[in-house]
Amino acid sequence: MKPRLIAIGDSALLIQLGDEIDPALNQRVHELDALFRADPMEGVIETVPAYASLLFHYDPLVLTYEQASDLANIEIARVKSGATRIPRRIEVPVRYGGEFGPDLQFVASHHHISVQEVVSLHTACEYTVYMMGFTPGFPYMGKLDDRLATPRLATPRIHVVAGSVGIAGAQTGIYPIDSPGGWRLIGRTSLPLFDPAADPPFLFSPGDKVQFVSEALDA
Amino acid sequence: MLEVLEAGGLATVQDGGRTGWRRFGVPSSGPMDLFAFQAANMLAGNPPNTAAVEFGGGDFVLRPAYDCVIAVAGAGYNLSVSVWDFSPWSSCLVRGGSTINLRHSGFGMWSYLALAGGVEVQPVLGSRSTYLRGHFGGLDGRLLQSGDVLRSGRPKTSFMEIAARSLAEEARPVYAESPTVDVIAGPQIEYFGPDIMDTFLANPYRVSFLSDRMGYRLEGPRLNTPGSAELTSEGLAVGAIQVPADGQPIVMMADCATAGGYPKIATVISADLPLLAQCSPGRDEVHFRQTTVEAAQEKYRQKVHKLKMGIVSAEDDFNFMVTGG
Repeated sequence: MKPRLIAIGDSALLIQLGDEIDPALNQRVHELDALFRADPMEGVIETVPAYASLLFHYDPLVLTYEQASDLANIEIARVKSGATRIPRRIEVPVRYGGEFGPDLQFVASHHHISVQEVVSLHTACEYTVYMMGFTPGFPYMGKLDDRLATPRLATPRIHVVAGSVGIAGAQTGIYPIDSPGGWRLIGRTSLPLFDPAADPPFLFSPGDKVQFVSEALDA
Repeated sequence: MLEVLEAGGLATVQDGGRTGWRRFGVPSSGPMDLFAFQAANMLAGNPPNTAAVEFGGGDFVLRPAYDCVIAVAGAGYNLSVSVWDFSPWSSCLVRGGSTINLRHSGFGMWSYLALAGGVEVQPVLGSRSTYLRGHFGGLDGRLLQSGDVLRSGRPKTSFMEIAARSLAEEARPVYAESPTVDVIAGPQIEYFGPDIMDTFLANPYRVSFLSDRMGYRLEGPRLNTPGSAELTSEGLAVGAIQVPADGQPIVMMADCATAGGYPKIATVISADLPLLAQCSPGRDEVHFRQTTVEAAQEKYRQKVHKLKMGIVSAEDDFNFMVTGG
């Protein structure tokens, strides 16, 4: 799909590179995002990467719609020229199962595999932080092995403890703060994902590579 | 320094909003009515995005410990300082020990009280705005409570200069119980089609009681989407109008999520968002009208310019305006 620019009101532009969840497509979103951030122009407020698009917030007192569009087109052209960025790699220790992962058994039964196999599949490969949202610091990561992809809970839990590692469809994520949540919980990490007073306040950034490591398995 | 004697509803500290953190899922927050907020600050002699108090429901009584200059702008409140009525869109010197009363009225929702020197709270992620759901910013990330003390920064201008300012009538927003609000169509216009867009533009939508700083839910003719009602999540801007499967639109407001997966039919323009924000839930109705990005940006620039030009000092009335002493 050819990149599309769509005005979102008078102070944002949506740069659509595609419309599906695809690692290669998402990679291009992060490259475009990195270009915007590398030399921030006056009037550029911030960019928000998502699966297949980048939302570009700008100040309409500084940039007209036309100027903002021109800037976006210049950056899009630079992605095509093959710019590359080197992602950060972050290791996340997880205690799987037991009280930390109340849905581990369900995920295993759903796919007719053992809980040990769920853990080895979940720790077998590196994931990409496609985007962040839901709550401050929540990473949407993928792509999960098909043998782990599990639908969300029909009724979300009212209280999910911070650090809980979950699965929703072909994605995996970690709850940064105590919140409601409908993802299948398979474990928990003790790494803090969000501390507003820390520098940096967030463990992850969009585009990071994440490797889970099994600290313990409470079957 | 302002002591909160009575806090009967929704009041938070807000500044111009939090930027640079939406990529991590942190909403911008900031005021629901940007123009009233900026007007209050400018009247109090502050830079326009200085931290101030946003009142959005319920009654409040405040008491300054020392003489201070306050300015109030917005809608939804009747004000008095000690026994004198005090009209919004103006500033006033308030004597230490007197009381500032804010009584919620039937018309409008949000009012801003700016203190000369600004409200001094610790910035979190670069902003003093309260994000209630995230429990951070402002006063410990929560609503004002009785017993709270709001400290002010050092005023940049002498009290004499700022104590009797007002905003010219023609620079004030024209709030209405059924405002016409301009929108820019899209981005998922193809999800809806021309018939649905016509429905959206031809009918009034009532602001639902299920409205808050995150979003205003609207009730009106259903905006049904054929086929899938969800798409791959993408970034959300304040003002965006999401349409979930029930066909009832939700306008994203200051504390809205940074990304979402519902199709969006249109976005409310910056210049008109305050008109929607000031609608009373359960009563007021909005009419939407389509405009262009260029026209929307021009309207926004005009409003900002009028605000800047509209601050008038009333030196002659100074003695009359000094209250509570």
